[in-house]
Amino acid sequence: MTSLRVFFLGGLMSYRALFAFMSPAVFIPTLIVTPIFQILLFAYIGRAAHARSDEFYVVGNAMQYAAVPCLFAMTQTIAGERFQQTLGYILVSPAGRLPLFLGRSLPVILNGFFVAGFSLIVGGLILGVTFPASSLLPLALVVLIASLSCTGLGLINAGLGLRIRETSVLSNILVGILLIFCGANVAISSLPHWMARISSWLPLTHAIEAARAVAGGSSLTSVQGLIGRELGVGLIYALAGLAIIRFFETQSRRHASLGIA
Amino acid sequence: MAAGLRLLGFAWLMHVKMMSRSAFDGLLAILWPLFFATVAFFMFRTGHGRVALGPIGLAAAVMGIWTATSVPASSALQRERWSGTLELLVVAPANFALILLPITIAASTIGLYCVAGTLLWSRILFGIHLTIVHPLFFGLGLVASVVTIGSLGFLMAVSFVRSRRAWSIGAVLEYPIWLVCGFLVPVSLLPGWVRPISWALGPTWGMRAIRAAAYGGSPLVPLLICLALAGVYLVLGVVMLRFFLDAALTRATLSLA
Repeated sequence: MTSLRVFFLGGLMSYRALFAFMSPAVFIPTLIVTPIFQILLFAYIGRAAHARSDEFYVVGNAMQYAAVPCLFAMTQTIAGERFQQTLGYILVSPAGRLPLFLGRSLPVILNGFFVAGFSLIVGGLILGVTFPASSLLPLALVVLIASLSCTGLGLINAGLGLRIRETSVLSNILVGILLIFCGANVAISSLPHWMARISSWLPLTHAIEAARAVAGGSSLTSVQGLIGRELGVGLIYALAGLAIIRFFETQSRRHASLGIA
Repeated sequence: MAAGLRLLGFAWLMHVKMMSRSAFDGLLAILWPLFFATVAFFMFRTGHGRVALGPIGLAAAVMGIWTATSVPASSALQRERWSGTLELLVVAPANFALILLPITIAASTIGLYCVAGTLLWSRILFGIHLTIVHPLFFGLGLVASVVTIGSLGFLMAVSFVRSRRAWSIGAVLEYPIWLVCGFLVPVSLLPGWVRPISWALGPTWGMRAIRAAAYGGSPLVPLLICLALAGVYLVLGVVMLRFFLDAALTRATLSLA
């Protein structure tokens, strides 16, 4: 029961208190307006380069932008606590680490889902990209899974936040790496072989491919392999993230470096 | 006059040094446009446009000047507010514009790191060799771009003086300026109503001057328009700054905005 409370209430409270983007004055420009401009930027670059259709960039960039709230919000669960000088209290509490940190990831996943979903719809409307009605529910599921796997990477980022002070720089670098590697704007088949191999181990890659297929009219069952791989990648990152958090927590106790990382 | 110039010079140097040591203002300002440049290289390389990658590399490099400026400039006053130095700077005998302007010009100067980094990146990874037709004008174009973007940053910093979340406005303007100023996308591809906006933005003319200097053409006119727009931003910024500061001092809201 306590673990459930820590998971749901603790997660929600942490999100409301620590996610610096929560204020409408920040949330609207950065998580509502900016992804639309990112979609427009790449759609127009695509037109200038005669590369791909607008739909390719709407789907790719809307999905990719889920990485921004997922990475930043998860990182903030550690960095924000340190900034507020409450990290020590959290880590000496007897609360189980699994509900503590996974609970914090739940609102993040929902936020990522909202941001990506909104960008997909509005970006599509602006550029005149329409999706078949039958694809909307499957698309929503794929977007949710993409947010989930991105949050897995966010957990790793949060763990590194126990050691690294410049978490916002690290989050931006990870977002940039995803922008290049996950196929949001350049098809994986057009990337050099070594980059394509890396991309298959990154979150978003399979979800973006699945979303494009679904948006093009494919059924959910035809992309179940991609969805399964995306979930698998997300799970690996989430487990690695929890392990990193545990490792650095132990290290920070041993070296008394919790507040000075 | 001499004292004002000395203040500008020393403050600029101090802020360049501080920003160069900041992971966010320095390192990230160099890395962030590289991600976009890389994506753009791949997009143009795989596209059917048969566009030479050289101008793309150059445009991506100049984009970095704006990236380095947009967030630091828009949040310049908020940073002083956080540091508890805003009131001290406002009541100092020096004109506050001479204190604020070096911050935004320093931010755009940091963008030159990005220009160098992106050109190096495009040469090493994509084999793009930049041959410059008019080296002198190329250098002047870069300086004019730094000045006009720094001045635009100054105008933004002043405009958002009352906002506690000014950085988010700066962040949201990053992509639109990249798009509207025709760095990677020709302005002719954008809707017609965007063009006048594009003409009113200094970076548009800075980019045109740099392109003309690098690949041949007449860089003088765009260079002069770029500098003239910088002057307009500065005058507007100084007037608005006086108005906002008077209002803040009258209502005692300087630190509470």
